Amino acid sequence: MTATMSRDAEQAGQGTQTLTIAKGLNLGLRAAMEADNKVILLGEDIGRLGGVFRVTDGLQKDFGEERVLDTPLSESGIIGAAIGLAVRGYRPVCEIQFDGFIFPGFDQIISQLAKLHYRSEGRISVPVVVRVPYGGGIGAVEHHSESPESLFCHIAGLKVVSCSNATDAYWMMQQAIASDDPVMFFEPKRRYWEKADVDTTAEPGPLMASRLVRRGDQNTTKRATLVSYGPQMRTCLDAATAAAEDGVSLDVIDLRSLSPLSLEPVFESVRRTGRLVMVTEAPSESSISSEVAARVQQECFYSLEAPVHRVTGFDTPYPPAKLEEHYLPDLDRVLYAVDQTLAY
Amino acid sequence: MSSPETWTHPEPGAVPAATAAQPTPEQVIAGLRATTEGGIELTQLLTPEGERVASPIFDGFVSDIGAEQLRGLYRDMVLVRRADREGNALQRQGQLGIWVPLLGQEAAQIGSGRALRPTDMAFPSYREHGVAWARGVDLKDIFGIFRCTDQGSWDFQGSRLHPYTIVIGNQVVNAVGYAMGQKFDGKVGNASHEDTAADSDEATITYFGDGATSQGDVHEGFVWSSVYDAPVVFFCQNNQWAISEPTERQSRLPLYQRARGYGFPGVRVDGNDVLACLAVTRWALHTCRNGNGPVLIEAFTYRMDAHTTSDDPTRYRLSEELEVWRLKDPIERVRAHLTRTEGADQEFFDAVDAEADEFAVELRDYCVNMPDPPPERIFSNVYAEPSPALDAQRDSYLSYLAGFESTAGEG
Repeated sequence: MTATMSRDAEQAGQGTQTLTIAKGLNLGLRAAMEADNKVILLGEDIGRLGGVFRVTDGLQKDFGEERVLDTPLSESGIIGAAIGLAVRGYRPVCEIQFDGFIFPGFDQIISQLAKLHYRSEGRISVPVVVRVPYGGGIGAVEHHSESPESLFCHIAGLKVVSCSNATDAYWMMQQAIASDDPVMFFEPKRRYWEKADVDTTAEPGPLMASRLVRRGDQNTTKRATLVSYGPQMRTCLDAATAAAEDGVSLDVIDLRSLSPLSLEPVFESVRRTGRLVMVTEAPSESSISSEVAARVQQECFYSLEAPVHRVTGFDTPYPPAKLEEHYLPDLDRVLYAVDQTLAY
Repeated sequence: MSSPETWTHPEPGAVPAATAAQPTPEQVIAGLRATTEGGIELTQLLTPEGERVASPIFDGFVSDIGAEQLRGLYRDMVLVRRADREGNALQRQGQLGIWVPLLGQEAAQIGSGRALRPTDMAFPSYREHGVAWARGVDLKDIFGIFRCTDQGSWDFQGSRLHPYTIVIGNQVVNAVGYAMGQKFDGKVGNASHEDTAADSDEATITYFGDGATSQGDVHEGFVWSSVYDAPVVFFCQNNQWAISEPTERQSRLPLYQRARGYGFPGVRVDGNDVLACLAVTRWALHTCRNGNGPVLIEAFTYRMDAHTTSDDPTRYRLSEELEVWRLKDPIERVRAHLTRTEGADQEFFDAVDAEADEFAVELRDYCVNMPDPPPERIFSNVYAEPSPALDAQRDSYLSYLAGFESTAGEG
């Protein structure tokens, strides 16, 4: 740390403040770096520029070039070097600039990062966090709007999480860095600039847990459960508000932890409502939404009043962005699915 | 029977020409390829006939190696070769799932492995049984990998040997990251003078083959190590064959010359000369520890056996090539040198052979009696932190298994 701390440095740990998701992540990273000098950031353009989304803004200035590394343009190198640094005792946090650019690093993630603890029978821990801005809705060219999270959920040894709001951004980032397991951290890039009041002193809940964020009116007969995560949480909460005006009561659950899934709050809600609508931007086939549907039918079979409905991206590559409003689940598609499940 | 090197050797400052190794028709008929001799830039301290060759650059790095130390290196190589042959035999007898022979590469592995300090770190590929031996890893643990009871659970902190890496080239970037950590930890460049090295200074070595040099991870590792001046020695064992593909399929340039394009030194050493491998690797580690950044060593050697016990080299190479390399055997030249200089007598060689036979029996007994891991192992250590979901999956499967036992009991 330099002697003159930046305004950001003073901002952390000051009780409730209004933060964007990007700023929450930034302050979370800062807090983790202050707490543990083994925390080290690696990525393309994350130093002097502060990242293309400015999530690491100001960190290189305050922590130096050996803790915030502007790396070669080399994703396999970023993940692979982070693994070596972790074996050495560091806690690296990697930034992959965009979702669609993670695949040059995919081999290192699958072959080494996910498996080293298992292969070494616990002798080697690799506490690496891989940050991935993901999802569409920003009018971008190809490879900048993808939702590849299900690919990583299929891999044993990885933890996969996604934040949907500034409070989680701040706390989940610190918890992911503190985890002794490798964590894939998916950040909803289209929501980076959404604001919320964040209490940076309150004790956070556990990282690997889903959360009921809106409980519907129990006295209504027209009830259903909405489950989502990341960028579609905003859509689901807006849908619940709109549905309430029509006398439809929706529970809304934020999965937060995508792998391992923590579905008790979902089961508990579905046992009450009897109906589930799962919302993701990712394609539906062999995905998190299929996994949730399978588990819910297994655990809540006698409570279900309708089949599980899914509102997802289509089973296509991400389309030209002029068509993304058709591709991405929106308020109307979610409400349509709610109507369908209620009419079943 | 040998062939000249036809690689293009650029003069200092000249742009290397993109000329492939082209064997003459006579060499092709003889089953020989163009790289057999290793070329004029091959660093050699012991000829295949066991004669000591002076090297003004590297002699200083083995000035402490007298007859006693050479006998030690000889013993290392004989024991490792004996273990290797036992591995082959055990696979043929169904005791190992597969074996990856190192035959012919003993000098490259023992020479480089013995150059390391205890505090240095090594990232191997999957043929580095000799390096494992030099790092003090029990070869029984290596046999466990090929009996498929284990995936690399030796004490990597104590031995400073990372688990074997089977995906080609992955370990190279991992090694670079580790070396960057050594540098960030202040373990580089603490010597008061360039000729000395501070006890606290460290370096990393990583092993890969000629085939791996085509992998993106190896290139990315070269770039990263270069721009961060990471203290890492890239030890490429060019054993001429990537399963069935010759080195000409991987490169139009001698591999050690690639280093120049990344901005660090590259050296070609006779990989069948344990003394030269020791000297060159000591030099490379020294320059790394002193903060001069990475070094590429191409150990020019030969895979005298198959790629693995599942491979059949008779399908792609002629036995004459092997016969040429037999004359350069890494163990025989040390034996010849020790005999020629009266550094060892027949009693010594007999004693080492007897020790090797005992070692093989010990490995065999251990191997055939090695228990299978319990089914619980499937579920353990997937995560560092507790995983209730996996615990439940494990308990469910174990209770399913227990159901068979109780049924059998009733029968």
